[in-house]
Amino acid sequence: MSYSLSELVRPLIFYLLSFITLGSAFMVVVKRNIFHSALFLILSFFGVAALFITLDAEFLAAVQVLVYIGAIAILILFAIMLTRRISDPLVRQTTRSYILGAFVGALILFFLIFALLQLSPTTPYAPQTVEGGDATYSLGELLMTNYLIPFEVISVLLVAALIGAIILARPEKRTEKRGEKR
Amino acid sequence: MSSPTEFLDTLLNITPTHYLVVAFALFAIGLAGVLIRRNAILILMGIELMLNSSNIVLLAAGRSFGLQEQSAGVFVVFVITIAAAEAIVGLALILACYRKWRDVSADRFNLMKW
Repeated sequence: MSYSLSELVRPLIFYLLSFITLGSAFMVVVKRNIFHSALFLILSFFGVAALFITLDAEFLAAVQVLVYIGAIAILILFAIMLTRRISDPLVRQTTRSYILGAFVGALILFFLIFALLQLSPTTPYAPQTVEGGDATYSLGELLMTNYLIPFEVISVLLVAALIGAIILARPEKRTEKRGEKR
Repeated sequence: MSSPTEFLDTLLNITPTHYLVVAFALFAIGLAGVLIRRNAILILMGIELMLNSSNIVLLAAGRSFGLQEQSAGVFVVFVITIAAAEAIVGLALILACYRKWRDVSADRFNLMKW
């Protein structure tokens, strides 16, 4: 059975993106220099965003790039630069039982794939037609109708997290420090 | 999946199952990162990787199991929001701990350990 070129494009893109995503995720874990880890994390996020596009979720891919790469990854880079000494290669970077940790990760992967094979050997891939044409439109409509209350709750959560982060990261007041000896 | 051509067939016909396998591998890598690294910032990165893999699972499963229109997308939006909230709180905690101990190793944070 032979394949035409157009049939091969989709698998090739999928495998390339998967390789980029998983390879850079692996590099995040094994790189000694944590700054390099953060840069590989950004590459991995890009790979996931591209996978979102192949799953016909263009809006979510854009959100992925904006929120994960534009906000979270940059925040992580800032945190690394603010805690400069710890990226020192002389500091031990792994826990003592790192072999056990890797083993647990492999075990989880094994069980998940085992469960997947139990579940459904081949589920057909739905053709790339979204009813109504615009997936982003129906996403927004769902957020404002069926999922309105979760949406509001998540907004409150985000505000609470922001306030909590500000309170946590704020330096302690000098007067308090003088009042009670630590 | 016995003959080589059939195997090639399953390899080249991309189904949501392929995406699920990639997502599971990403989850395992993130989990291993959380477990084997000492640096608290890197543990946070591992958690982000795991959340990313859950997003892929949601989208792939949404395609595969016929969820209502874009419900999977809605949940991905929620997961991304929660990931952002978790990242800012986590990094604020790490910075506060760094200010106190000049160190961000996870095994150094034992103040509440009895």
